[in-house]
Amino acid sequence: MLKGRLLKDKIARHYMLSATIFSIFILFLIGGGLLAKSLPIMQEKSLWTLLTTSNWRPFKGDFGFASYILSTLYVTAIAIAIALPLSLLTSIYIIEYASPKILRAFTAVVDLLSGIPPVIYGVWGTLTIVPFISEKLAPHFVEFSTGYSVLAGGIVLAIMIIPLIISILIEVFSAVPKEMREASLSLGATKWQTVKKVVIRKSIPGIVAATVLAISRAFGETIAVLMVCGNFTTLPKSIFDACYPIPALIANNYGEMMSVPRYESALMFAAFLLFFIIVLFNVISRLVLIQIDKRYQS
Amino acid sequence: MKKLEEKIFKFLMISSTVLILSILLYILYVIMKKGLPSLSWDMISKIPSGGFYLGKEGGILNAIMGSLYLIFFSVVISLMVSVPVVMYLNFTLRRRSKLAAFARLTFDVLFGIPSIVYGAFGFTVMIYFGLQASLLGGIIAISLLIIPVMIRSIDEVAILIPNDLVEATKSLGATNYETIKVITRQLLPGISTAVLLSIGRGIGDAATVLFTAGYTDSIPTSLTQPTASLPLAIFFQLSSPVEEVQNRAYAAALVLTIIILTLSFAARYFSRRLSKNKI
Repeated sequence: MLKGRLLKDKIARHYMLSATIFSIFILFLIGGGLLAKSLPIMQEKSLWTLLTTSNWRPFKGDFGFASYILSTLYVTAIAIAIALPLSLLTSIYIIEYASPKILRAFTAVVDLLSGIPPVIYGVWGTLTIVPFISEKLAPHFVEFSTGYSVLAGGIVLAIMIIPLIISILIEVFSAVPKEMREASLSLGATKWQTVKKVVIRKSIPGIVAATVLAISRAFGETIAVLMVCGNFTTLPKSIFDACYPIPALIANNYGEMMSVPRYESALMFAAFLLFFIIVLFNVISRLVLIQIDKRYQS
Repeated sequence: MKKLEEKIFKFLMISSTVLILSILLYILYVIMKKGLPSLSWDMISKIPSGGFYLGKEGGILNAIMGSLYLIFFSVVISLMVSVPVVMYLNFTLRRRSKLAAFARLTFDVLFGIPSIVYGAFGFTVMIYFGLQASLLGGIIAISLLIIPVMIRSIDEVAILIPNDLVEATKSLGATNYETIKVITRQLLPGISTAVLLSIGRGIGDAATVLFTAGYTDSIPTSLTQPTASLPLAIFFQLSSPVEEVQNRAYAAALVLTIIILTLSFAARYFSRRLSKNKI
């Protein structure tokens, strides 16, 4: 009887340990796998040529990622520029000014928004944002735009990353101890001064971490951006031009990539590039957030 | 002057809160308005028949069933990995152990990796084992995608379980495994919320299944056959030039949205209801 119990315990322990090791290993498996697949192209061309030239002629063996990288950066920059101020204002309002009831209701809104699948955002974007840009907005600035553009991608992405930023900011702002706010108020500062000089100043590392996480989320978003960006291999000259971010490139070309030499390797290099940057950004911002957690917990 | 600044910012804050709320409502409104007219019983009860992609008869049952198969098996696999991991991190290792901290950081990072990377990686694994785009391939990729979602979500609840409970069971002579059996009951609300969250994430994701599961007009009968899925049904039909087919994409989008909303509300309901049994 006793032996049976101990044996069960032993088996359970081994199973749990292997599950843990396996799931940690997934990260290294993905990194290693993508790196191995992208080695052929990296041996053939220097990293510098791959990243800085924009000649993309897979059938002739030209693989320059510059226009895809720039597209990704443009779209992300617009998304952050829209999402960050909105998220900051909103999360300060619901943490500092609104009643607990509104806070609870708004977390439900944030949960819903973050639960909506990318493809739905894409459908919504093509139905609303794209025609709005081509019919209402673009005619004021350029002669012609289909609406499938850098701007459309940026706006859709902004809406997709807002829930992520807000949920992190809510945690960051609530981590600022109540005593600090009270000390400031008791010295005669107004509510707004307290928010500005105490809460926000104390939260700057957290705000930066949230932004970096949002950037990495925006880098990797695929389907929604692909549906509204136009997917045209060129350097976009204005925000009303079509663009072609890296994830969209990978998603659009997987079917044909097997037949062309080096094409698969080039696309896997793109995936590895995304992986590398996103892991780097995530590690940095998570470490900052863990630090914030620790400082106020002890 | 001070008062004015506060007033301006308060106005901005309230407007941005209202704006975000109205964007959510606007998204739901647009999807409903476009999807409802084309939504019919045929749409969700029939598989595509000949000429479906030219606007003729048929429905998206293949995609609905495909998505259900994909998510069911992925959730079972992920549960088999995630629950033991959380148990190990929280109740076998010491609470402040280095391995647990490292593991949690890894899961946070895995959580941040975009689905297209999981898709691309899943595809290379499939090629390595000589697999075609299939139900099995899709299940592998989605499992990889939702394992971190599940672990993080269960872990959030497990961390809150009081150490006293662990010590009480152990002081009665229970082995680690028996302790965990007791704790599992406490963790059930957390696990059900995690399952619902992972279903929501997995069922709506297009980039993972794009490479790995393929697309087909029939309902798969074995693991090695390709399978359709709801997000891809939306994606492919929307790019069709035929208006009828596009309308079906909107209807499919509505179906997916309804599934997601139901899951989301169920998750809230469960986590509130079941948590009444918590210590």
